[in-house]
Amino acid sequence: MTVILGQSFTGISIGAVLLLIALGLSLTFGQMGVINMAHGEFIMAGAYTTYVLQKALGDAGLSLLLALPVAFAVAGTLGALLEWLLIRRLYLRPLDTLLVTWGVSLMLQQLARDVFGAPNVQTRAPELLTGNVTLIGGDDPLTVANSRLFILGLALAAVAALALVLALTPLGRRIRAVVQNRDLAEVSGISTARVDRTAFFVGSGLAGVAGVALTLVGPIGPTMGTNIIIDAFLVVVVGGLGRLKGTVITAFVLGVLQAVLEYSTTVSVAKVLVLVGIVAFLQWRPQGLYTLRTRSLV
Amino acid sequence: MSRYFPRRVAAPAVALSAAMVLSACGAKTDTGSSTAKGVEADTSGDTVKVGLLNSLSGTMAISEVTVRDSIRLAIDEINADGGVLGKKIRPVGEDGASDWPTFAEKAGKLIKEDRVVATFGCWTSASRKAVKPVFEKSRSLLFYPVQYEGLEQSPYIFYAGATTNQQIVPALDYLKSQGKKSIYLVGSDYVFPRTANKVIKAYAKANGMKVLGEDYAPLGSTEFSTIANKVKAAKADAVFNTLNGDSNVAFFKEYKSAGLTAPKMPVVSVSIAEEEVKSIGPQYLKDQLTSWNYYQTTKGAKNTAFVKAYKAKYGKDKPTSDPMEAAYTSVHLWKAMVEKAKSFDPEKVKAAADGVTYAAPEGEVTVDGPTQHIHKTARIGRIGADGLIEQIWDSGKPIEPDPYLKGYDWASGLS
Repeated sequence: MTVILGQSFTGISIGAVLLLIALGLSLTFGQMGVINMAHGEFIMAGAYTTYVLQKALGDAGLSLLLALPVAFAVAGTLGALLEWLLIRRLYLRPLDTLLVTWGVSLMLQQLARDVFGAPNVQTRAPELLTGNVTLIGGDDPLTVANSRLFILGLALAAVAALALVLALTPLGRRIRAVVQNRDLAEVSGISTARVDRTAFFVGSGLAGVAGVALTLVGPIGPTMGTNIIIDAFLVVVVGGLGRLKGTVITAFVLGVLQAVLEYSTTVSVAKVLVLVGIVAFLQWRPQGLYTLRTRSLV
Repeated sequence: MSRYFPRRVAAPAVALSAAMVLSACGAKTDTGSSTAKGVEADTSGDTVKVGLLNSLSGTMAISEVTVRDSIRLAIDEINADGGVLGKKIRPVGEDGASDWPTFAEKAGKLIKEDRVVATFGCWTSASRKAVKPVFEKSRSLLFYPVQYEGLEQSPYIFYAGATTNQQIVPALDYLKSQGKKSIYLVGSDYVFPRTANKVIKAYAKANGMKVLGEDYAPLGSTEFSTIANKVKAAKADAVFNTLNGDSNVAFFKEYKSAGLTAPKMPVVSVSIAEEEVKSIGPQYLKDQLTSWNYYQTTKGAKNTAFVKAYKAKYGKDKPTSDPMEAAYTSVHLWKAMVEKAKSFDPEKVKAAADGVTYAAPEGEVTVDGPTQHIHKTARIGRIGADGLIEQIWDSGKPIEPDPYLKGYDWASGLS
């Protein structure tokens, strides 16, 4: 029994990681339609930010908390720069955007290699997060790791914050307007260029926050972005472009599916089965789980 | 996607540079230096060249750079002492770049262009398998410094690291002596862990041990919560870990998070040495077990001198480890073989190899001529909070190498 519960929690925590890495992408790719291959490198930037802060401050807990806003700003600034320098010249040219941002991702990887060295580095987790909570005691205890609970909390907080911004603030209203009908938004007096840049800042900043969370799970390295970018795109595509709800549900469904399959088969086989499942699902529903209905013609 | 693209670029580049190497060697063939016997090394001057073939970039750099450093230390010592047969050694370094075809290409370059008398290096079994035909065809010698999965015996490779019966089998013997009746196998998904686990399962079957599970994660994988849950649910007496590289970081973090500890369920690792302990973090590894032939803490005046010389050259915070010690020892063994043969010729060196000894940091080691492996003492160690590994058991005397496990009845079905 505890095995099933423990494994369910594993699924939810894999889902939380997927959600964090896909959340920023759901804004930039899902809402704005920009295929940003450098999204993984923004996650890497967030992870290295945590590493640098810990080197400078020494205290693991303080540096982790401080890393959240700083990584958001660092990755967000990188994203805004990328948007301003390159992507805004390439709107409506998705293939060119893909190639250009992929080139940028390679450059960022090499930059990380030059600055931090080729070998991967690690951060220390704060003492509080290295332990675990016992949910069910007894002979066969069910324990969940504090670090996983922290990531789950962070993922939910990030989703809530993004949803609130989109639903309630003037910025959110403008983003939704541009997504639904760019031309109409523009003639209504919205500076679409500025909205694009702000949205890109927020989406990339969320990637930075995901990077901070990933330092609790594994090592930090120049190529960590390439290992997760595919998962992030899968979540957004399966969830349906333009819908936050789809991303959230898909992340947790894929996480639990992965955990169940890993347990009953092996890690490698589970990965294959999940991918096969996704391909089959997209045959049946090419538009993803949820779709955005607009009156726009494009 | 990004992983595959560079290969497409690399393939023509490799072909081009291979063609250049070939044409360069073709030019030399005319002068008669290369014969049907293979490629003759250049021993005409006051110095002889040796090749250093390690990954200085890519995922394996973290480990292989330390091996390069200790090879250089050994060469410096030999040169300060007057060289080999009166000739100074000049190291020629090449970067294998953690890419197996690159290893093969650079091996060809060292042999044919630099005409080295011997080459030291390689780490992963994949890189060794890639260069093996190159050394065999050119009849040039490679000294390989890392423990490996056994079941190999190339006439042109000297294996200075442990084979299975000098590392994995003693680790299993130790677990058995501690009353461990069931084990769980965790490894990376490639040749070394899969072959090693085949050996472990055969041993377990013959010795009344139960293998409760066997799980592999892709190289570089960082998601280990399911494997930790499986290990926990299996309630094994011990875990045998053949994970390589960074995956160990994620695995041990998850292991600790699942509430598993060394007293409850010890993990025996065969790919974690001092250098890796430092990067994983000793707090996750405290009291876990390792199996090697050498630790920085190994007793003896020779090791004290080795550690001191290494730290003086490369920095106080640099640990020494088993593969580094084996690499350092392999250079000194080569010197002893050459001096016994009174020649740099690979065939004469091979013929002289049997019985050559060297007082290594790990203790006196002897070359076994027929297998071209080394007699080595097996040592089980416990990882301490300071990141160093303390020996808790050893085999008492050097174990004779048996790469095909011919001396073990239970291993008869393995190939």
